[in-house]
Amino acid sequence: MGAYILRRLLYAIFVLWGALTVVFVVVRVVPGDPAQLIAGSQATAQDVQALRVRLGLDQPLPVQYIRYLGQVARLDLGESLRLNQSAIGAVGERVGATAILALTAIVIGMLLSFPLGIVAALRRGSAVDSMVSVLSLLGQSVPNFWLGLMFILIFARQLRWLPSAGIGGINHLVLPACTLALPLVGILTRLIRTGMLDVLNEEYIRTAQAKGLAHRTVLVRHALRNMLIPVVTVIGLQTGQLLGGAVIVETVFGWPGVGRLLVTAISNRDYPIIQAGVLCITASFILINLLVDISYSYLDPRIRYA
Amino acid sequence: MNSQPPGVVSSPVAADVVSPVAAAQRRAPRARGIGRQVVPWAVPLVVYALIALIGPFVISYDPVTVKTSQRLKPPGTTLADGAYAWLGTDQVGRDVLAQVVRGARVSLVIGLCAVLVAGIIGTVLGIVAGYFSGALDTVIMRLADIQLAFPSILLAILIAAVLGPSIGNVIITLAFTRWVVFARVARAATLTTKEREFVTASRATGATDGRILVRHITPSIVAPFLVIATVEMGLVIIAEASLSFLGLGTSASLPSWGLVIANGRDYLNTAWWISTMPGIALSLVVLGVGVFGDRLRDALDPRLAYKR
Repeated sequence: MGAYILRRLLYAIFVLWGALTVVFVVVRVVPGDPAQLIAGSQATAQDVQALRVRLGLDQPLPVQYIRYLGQVARLDLGESLRLNQSAIGAVGERVGATAILALTAIVIGMLLSFPLGIVAALRRGSAVDSMVSVLSLLGQSVPNFWLGLMFILIFARQLRWLPSAGIGGINHLVLPACTLALPLVGILTRLIRTGMLDVLNEEYIRTAQAKGLAHRTVLVRHALRNMLIPVVTVIGLQTGQLLGGAVIVETVFGWPGVGRLLVTAISNRDYPIIQAGVLCITASFILINLLVDISYSYLDPRIRYA
Repeated sequence: MNSQPPGVVSSPVAADVVSPVAAAQRRAPRARGIGRQVVPWAVPLVVYALIALIGPFVISYDPVTVKTSQRLKPPGTTLADGAYAWLGTDQVGRDVLAQVVRGARVSLVIGLCAVLVAGIIGTVLGIVAGYFSGALDTVIMRLADIQLAFPSILLAILIAAVLGPSIGNVIITLAFTRWVVFARVARAATLTTKEREFVTASRATGATDGRILVRHITPSIVAPFLVIATVEMGLVIIAEASLSFLGLGTSASLPSWGLVIANGRDYLNTAWWISTMPGIALSLVVLGVGVFGDRLRDALDPRLAYKR
């Protein structure tokens, strides 16, 4: 088990290094001069040159790259060009808000998709099943940002039940979290329905029923338990979507998380913040998938890592 | 469905347990079945493509002219010049329907081009990785792993932010973020096909790698490619709209759906239709692509079929 975790950890570090390199390449090597972009079109040649020296952009690329990796290792991604704050500090302040939003979305996603998926599987072919499958397809088709706007239009502007933007109590969390959860509900419901149909055909379910266990016990102890692994896997895989979606949902709802910081930084050409934000989200994604891999052996004792 | 006698309801369950013999017997009429299973579900997509291709000629759209006298008119208003605004007008008096129709073309063009570019690059890399194995395989697939570590829309935002808004750049951005899926699928299909007897036989008769790749490997990839391409089409259309919504997609002179939705954001209180209408169009198209993709996968890859 220890060796397995170590191997996974090394692999995660490799992927993180790759991601760091991709960000470096995209930001520095792609055509266009960052110094010119940051300084703006009115800047004089001297201003641009001064900025270039300040950002270390006058150095050869390999030197920049090594320096950049060194900075990342020390968690120092430079000062924000607009916020008068270190890039890591600015991102760190907002990580919590994004985490709350994403976690709430996952919880809502599971709370909705388990009952929906189970009911659809147990009443396969019924009107309920059809409705659930339409809902799950819709969940995967309706774009996040538009759904968010429609929620604002209906629940904030027309009905005036919930606030449309900002952060505060539970009230502020409801709309963005539901917006973010819907695609997840779509995918998980479908997965749980299919999984339940498979599990219900298994011999051990028939055995459990034959020995007279209550319907509910069979369902919870035998059927549902076996659904957890694929569900956890898919949630792990969907975190990428979820974190990417958070960037957009945060923008729609003015939620002060890393995503909104990132989008603002992009329109301000604030490269240190862009780097820090992208790295933070990517690192979280890699970490979550590492945790998902490790959690398998707890969910299913048959899985042992040599 | 409710009219069925109770006993019939359980029959789909029994149909799941198919013996290998029965499966083989079933396979014969499948080719004919595929058409019947899939074609009706392509109708909404054909309608969408026709609207995207012909629509802009029927309903002209003028991005420049500002008619303040007819701004923010609700759907169903007859305008001063006698035109009927089916979906209302926006904050500078432009017809929303015309923008939706023009936007259909933008998302179709970007969706098709991005999927095609990503599909070709990804498939070629996947075949090369799977067929030649070795160091090349390792390099390509590790690259894919690294890229999968990024939430794809995040990578798209990053690249689009550096490249700046334009149709070409959106296509490059989305192609760059979506090639991995194609590469993985092509590699998997290549790995299984190259071990098959007919490939070994072909090699024994002196066929070159090139001939084997073209005649044997490539055909085995067509079915999974079509399924993945359909799924990716929906994702790419959403990604394009999301980028445009953030101001990172098409330039402002082309009304992409995402851009129009973003324009209407400030007018949610007074003119709900500006953001609502393009969003409905967008959702319908993605839904149509999704349903078609499901049927296509059920028909081409029965192992993954959704149990109805």
